[in-house]
Amino acid sequence: MRRNINRWQQVFIGVMTIGLLSLGCYLFKDFIDYRIVALILLLAVSVLAILFDIFPVLISALLSALILNLFFIEPIFHYKINSAESALLFFIYLLVALVNAVLTNRLRKQEDKVRDKEEKENTIRLYNTLLSSLSHELKTPIATIIGAVDILKESGDKMTIDQRVDLYSEMEIAGSRLNSQVENLLNMSRLETGNLKLKKDWVDINELIFIVSRKVPRIERHVLVFHPDEHLPLFKLDAGLIETVLYCLIHNAVRYTPNGSEISIKTNFDDEKLAISVSDNGKGIPDDEVEKVFEKFYRVSSSTPGGTGLGLSIAKGIVEAHDGSISLVKAESGGAAFIINILVEASYIKNLKNE
Amino acid sequence: MNKPSVLIIDDEPQIRKLLEINLNHHGYIARQASSGQEGLMLAANHVPDVILLDIGLPDISGHEVLKQLRDWYKKAIVILSVESNEEDIVKALDNGANDYLTKPFRVGELMARLRSAIRNNDTGEQTQVLTIGDLEIDLVARTAKMNGELLKLTGTEHNLLVLLAKNEGRVLTHQFLLREVWGVGYQTETQYLRVFVGQLRKKVEEDPNNPKHIITVSGVGYRMD
Repeated sequence: MRRNINRWQQVFIGVMTIGLLSLGCYLFKDFIDYRIVALILLLAVSVLAILFDIFPVLISALLSALILNLFFIEPIFHYKINSAESALLFFIYLLVALVNAVLTNRLRKQEDKVRDKEEKENTIRLYNTLLSSLSHELKTPIATIIGAVDILKESGDKMTIDQRVDLYSEMEIAGSRLNSQVENLLNMSRLETGNLKLKKDWVDINELIFIVSRKVPRIERHVLVFHPDEHLPLFKLDAGLIETVLYCLIHNAVRYTPNGSEISIKTNFDDEKLAISVSDNGKGIPDDEVEKVFEKFYRVSSSTPGGTGLGLSIAKGIVEAHDGSISLVKAESGGAAFIINILVEASYIKNLKNE
Repeated sequence: MNKPSVLIIDDEPQIRKLLEINLNHHGYIARQASSGQEGLMLAANHVPDVILLDIGLPDISGHEVLKQLRDWYKKAIVILSVESNEEDIVKALDNGANDYLTKPFRVGELMARLRSAIRNNDTGEQTQVLTIGDLEIDLVARTAKMNGELLKLTGTEHNLLVLLAKNEGRVLTHQFLLREVWGVGYQTETQYLRVFVGQLRKKVEEDPNNPKHIITVSGVGYRMD
């Protein structure tokens, strides 16, 4: 609570609380003893101490003591106190109120410290996940490259051409894997630090889908079903980033379904809303993991090794940067269907006259 | 024929080494500079056929080197850039670079770019007919044929096709194409370009969804292959 209200607002609320309570007590002062008033005010100060910072609480405590003295302890309207008993009560009141304020504050600071520590531990845990995932993901291709070079240097001349070509191919795959991992990390850090600036321009989404799907490795082992809607207008989007999103979705579909599976891409534009769906007829994603797939570093439990668990969280970040949403549902075939919805500016100039 | 000469301006020794081995292997003479200043000096001393220029140099930026080179150097400059930062690339292309490559690049792509850059150096000869694969464009008769068959092109489509064809293998930025075909004031109307490229593809590509001639360079422009 005190995180949302600034110090002077807290002072104001404290002073108002004490003031109103005192006014209430003052109206009934013929019926209640000033000692009861002291207890009521003390209760108010204690409650304030739980909610607010030390400074507003101290102000409230001092104010309540002053009010107690001036309006409730004889002589009224004068700071002098007649009886020794009243004087004792007043000073005890002041002391308890102040001690209360200070102690409660100290207790709360302790609590904050514990919470901070927990937060820090969470960050460290996340960082460790990142490190172990990264070091594995980066070191595997590096090990492949260095290993292949060692073999080629040492005994390349004794190998058959086929064996050598195999090693070269492994190095090639490792290199492009490293490249895409680094790309992922760069995108992630841009998203996290808010450095992702959208460069929107008119995009032919059909063309983009064709370009992306040709870039996905091993897509030819799957059946791609995409019937471009020729009446679709041009959309104002960041082509490069939407390409990253589509690449991730299609690449995942290729990677996590058996060869020969069907990958279907559909587009729909209705009422300023562009919807793109990428679905497959694989075995789908378990219901209890659907929520988690967009989380950073999360990887579906049954998935094969390789992959940092960053792709979908980057995709989500990019779609959200376009003020859109991405969701995972079950496809009719039982496979996974990712659906992107983006509110988008469209240009029907596409159907303009050609001169 | 003389061996074509290439000047590599890049601060990364490994990249220079790789390029040098590869260029020598393909029969080029390769010279190396590790900084912008050294590059400018070597360019003035040797006047290479192509300059491979890295944008991220330690002393002066590649953009600055490009500007200074373009004051007098008329031959091809191909930009090397670490990541596909489209703004950098578009800026370099608009400042007179002929082409660009992003690291990591494939050797096949590098050699294709160099060949096309050198080919574009010989602008002296005026040809009446441009031939690109199965495409044949007659600049005087203002006709275009595919596999010998006459294409029905509108005026704008023809202008666009000629501009791309004259710069075969070179990336032309959206701005450049819009300015040259539609005129000053249309530089930001990229939707015109998208529409016309789409229509042109339907006429000159066997499969417009998988174009072989007019290649989209995402966020930058188009290239004719």
